[in-house]
Amino acid sequence: MSEANEGKTLWLDLGLLVLLAVLAGLSLLAGRVWIPLNHLGDANDPRWLIVTELRIPRTLLGILVGGALGLCGATLQGYTRNPLADPGVLGVSSMAAFGAVLTLYLPLTAATWLMPVFGMAGAGVGVAILLLLGAPSGEAVTFLLAGVILNTIASAGVALALSLAPNPWAASEIMTWLMGSLTDRSILDVRAITPFVLIGGAILLTTGRSLDALTLGETGARALGISLRRTQILVAVGVGLACGAATSVTGMIGFVGLITPHLLRPFIGARPSRLLIPSALAGASLLLAADILVRVTPGANEVRLGVAMAALGGPFFLFLLISNRRRLA
Amino acid sequence: MNGLCATGVSLALGNQPILCSVDLALRRGEVTAIVGPNGAGKSTLMTCLAGLRRPDRGGVSLDGLALSTLKHRERARRIGYLPQAPEIAWRLDVETFVRLGRTAHRGVFGESPDDAAAVARALDATGMTAFTDRDVTTLSGGERARVLIARVLAGEPDWLLADEPLTGLDPRHQLDAAQTLRAFAEAGGGVAVTLHDLSFAAQAADRVVVMADGAVIADGAPAQALSPETLARAYGIDARWVPGARGPLLDILGRHD
Repeated sequence: MSEANEGKTLWLDLGLLVLLAVLAGLSLLAGRVWIPLNHLGDANDPRWLIVTELRIPRTLLGILVGGALGLCGATLQGYTRNPLADPGVLGVSSMAAFGAVLTLYLPLTAATWLMPVFGMAGAGVGVAILLLLGAPSGEAVTFLLAGVILNTIASAGVALALSLAPNPWAASEIMTWLMGSLTDRSILDVRAITPFVLIGGAILLTTGRSLDALTLGETGARALGISLRRTQILVAVGVGLACGAATSVTGMIGFVGLITPHLLRPFIGARPSRLLIPSALAGASLLLAADILVRVTPGANEVRLGVAMAALGGPFFLFLLISNRRRLA
Repeated sequence: MNGLCATGVSLALGNQPILCSVDLALRRGEVTAIVGPNGAGKSTLMTCLAGLRRPDRGGVSLDGLALSTLKHRERARRIGYLPQAPEIAWRLDVETFVRLGRTAHRGVFGESPDDAAAVARALDATGMTAFTDRDVTTLSGGERARVLIARVLAGEPDWLLADEPLTGLDPRHQLDAAQTLRAFAEAGGGVAVTLHDLSFAAQAADRVVVMADGAVIADGAPAQALSPETLARAYGIDARWVPGARGPLLDILGRHD
């Protein structure tokens, strides 16, 4: 079965790549203004501007952010041995959002790139606090508790900073940061986060062996030669970079990290290392699909991506809890 | 000194002493049973011997080298440790679970043919080859115990430290597990196993170490280490050994007051 699972993983990766390519193509075409397929690439068509200026950055961001969240979710579930773990749980997303909303206190003429930079700085500070609080013991529970505390404080900080901000757009910024969005992002945003997401993702992919060993618990993993301290640092830095960078341009988008590993386990099993790459691909596909749905949903205003993901994720979360309770009963 | 040796190992948790100057030298080719009442420090000693806990005083050495100087992976390749209540976080199939035992051997590019062969040998040695596709969380107690031992055997360590691996097993499965440990020792490995069943320890082990209040109070051949005087001191019971078909059986007469 293990070798069969390896084969399945390969096929699933290929299938997910094809799905991602199809969704990326659809993401370029779909929206309030549909671009006919035969006009794609036609520089004389005025609609081509929509594709180059809006949809290409939006699609690339969807892939990067969804991939980062999916990978972070699979890593954190493996690391904590908790199927309900999600990047938001560790407070890195809310710390990134907190860093970003602090730029509302800067003069309106401040450079636009400051927001992502502050967002990543917020994530960095969050990771540093996590390591400070959680690293001495190296235990996942301490780490998780530190994350929950950080998340609570940072979320309150986001709300407070937005309520007191001397900025006429503060109300709309609340929507962006708390509900997440890929709307009106430019290629500059893509450029700003790409290196951080890629470096963070690469770091997380090196943790596979440790995550597998953690299946046996912390004592079991140590007996297999795994350094819990090193694993914790790699997970914290990887999640901080990938998730922090992603959140700094899109705001907080929940549930992607939670759902994707669960969707994949029935196909390729529960071995944590085997879930990492498929979770990144599935997370990217899921976010792109949700974003396409958001764009084509009729209505005066575009439904926020965070709302769409929560509408999908909420019932899924409930289903997960009920099925877990049945399994344990 | 060759072998896996604890020298003057002392450890306290808070103000509570757990191990008090323990000296113990495990030898290859030998099955050593570590027995003692609950709270005697058996499991803590096992984690020290496995290099998972650093003593406050004293040290553990492996073939003359301090265990603390070995790299994590090197230590894991040489010492296989089976904890008392092993956690299994995910629903893995038996083969994938046993492959976890190769973690310390896995290179950058994943598993090698050597890893697959070691896993196949471990499954065969424990009679679990027919179970490779089964979900490990759905196995019976006996099957689960065999799979846990197979996971340690897959790492092909020199030393096998098993903390109460027979607890909860029926007599047949106890015999099977003991036979697997014996085969490991006969192949040149060293085995230390904590046990509560004293009759079983007397029959299955070459050597018995009796612990009480964090100290070793007897260490030797089963008949010598498990004397009625030692049992009275360690467990507070009056007992005598009576002949049985497979070896001596412990006849507990009552509390030692």
